[in-house]
Parts: sequence; C-alpha cells; structure tokens
Amino acid sequence: MTGWIADFMNHPATYLKSGWFQISVTNLVVILLMLTIFACAVLIPFPKDKHGDDK
Amino acid sequence: MSEMWTAKLRNKWQKELPIEKLLPDDQPAYVASWIYVFGVLTLAALAMIIFSGIILAFQGPAWYHTSHAGKFTNSLHFWSVQLFFVFMVIHLWGKFWMAAWRGKRFATWATGAVAFIASIATAFTGYLVQTNFDSQWISFEAKDGFNSVGVGAWFTVTNLGQMLLLHVAFLPLILGAITVVHVLMVRKRGVVPPIDAQPSTDSEVGR
Repeated sequence: MTGWIADFMNHPATYLKSGWFQISVTNLVVILLMLTIFACAVLIPFPKDKHGDDK
Repeated sequence: MSEMWTAKLRNKWQKELPIEKLLPDDQPAYVASWIYVFGVLTLAALAMIIFSGIILAFQGPAWYHTSHAGKFTNSLHFWSVQLFFVFMVIHLWGKFWMAAWRGKRFATWATGAVAFIASIATAFTGYLVQTNFDSQWISFEAKDGFNSVGVGAWFTVTNLGQMLLLHVAFLPLILGAITVVHVLMVRKRGVVPPIDAQPSTDSEVGR
C-alpha cells in the first residue's frame, strides 16, 4: 500500500470517548452513513412506472 | 385420495405457496418505495459473497495473499460483506419501524432475526480465517472473551481448522437455509403493507 491511501490507513484508529462510551471514528462514520441512507430511502420518491400501469 | 406423505406435502405446498405467489409479476402500490429495495440488495450482496467465497476456497491463501487477481477477489469478498451488513441493517430498521411481524408474519420476522445472528457468526469466523496478523490479533483478543464466559474449550477461536470449517461449511449452510426459508415466508405472506394502508387482499393481511 503506497501514497495517500497508506498515509490515510496505516495508523491506529482514532477513538472518541465520553465517560464509559467509546467509539472509533470509522464505526461512527459507517453508522451515520447507514442512518443517512435510511433517511434517503424513506424520503426520496420511488420512480413512477413509465407505462403508468402500476397498481 | 392418496395418503402418501409426498402427496400431502405437495397439496400443502400448492395450497400455501402456489407458483403465482412464489414468482409474482406484480406487487401492491406501496412496494414502490426505496425502503422495500434493501431486502433484495442484501440478497444480491450475499450472492456476491458466496460467488467470491467459492473462488477463494478453490484458490487458497497462497493465491489471495499474493496475486493481483487474488487480492482483488479477497477484497471483493470483504467489501461485499460490508455492503451485506449495511443493506441488512437498513432492511432491519425499515421492517422494525413498519412492524413487519403484523399479519401472521412473525415467522418471517423471526427467521430474519436468526439470519442476522447467523450472519454475525459467519462474518466473525471470516475475520478469524484471513490468515494474516489481523486475524491473529482478533483471535487472541477474542479467546479471552470466550474463555471468560466458559465456552473457550468448545468454541476455540485460535483453532484455525475449526474456524475455517465453521466459516466455509457449517455457518454458510445454516445461513443459506434460513435465508431460503425467510424468502419463502415473504412470498407466502406477501410484502408487509404500511401501517396505515388498507389491505385489499387476503394475502396482504396474511390470511
């Protein structure tokens, strides 16, 4: 692994800590990404059937 | 009337899951929402996991640790698992908030929950059989956890042979079987309607 990817990945994970609660930034990003996709899936309208024969 | 068990099974199958329900070409209007897409996305990711996993099993670690094609297939397997879990968790959230166990769909919900747990076990054993320093680190950390709850002698995370067989044989069989049952249950009861929707057919209320 070389270049900026190596600089980005080849170090220990960064953790956020508040009292007993601790989470890595990576896991937090993945959870926030999933919540964003979930919100988009609920809010963004599904494309209509072009033939107009959807029940 | 035949009393053969095969005839009884066939009649029961035809009554509860006719081919029109098994392979429908039409869905209720409420299915036209992105949140209903994540179940089949999870299945697509699972198909890619199985496909890349079979290649990895045939070629072996000496191939997937060294060659470009091997590293690519290894990464394909890994990232398919990441997408599998992302899609499955969003599918789980969607089904939880629409109370998808309504209309006699408890077995559908329960098989989904068991599939989720089986997926975690399969992914965990996958991390343990990478045959690299990462898997060594994870197994040596995990053994203390399993020993502390008294199952370390039975489920030995540092035993590569046991973890490999669980990952490539036993757990995929369990997960595959549960997934098939889960999909058949979905086809039998139909896709769960939104809470405020008026069901128009018996299948939509699960009767």
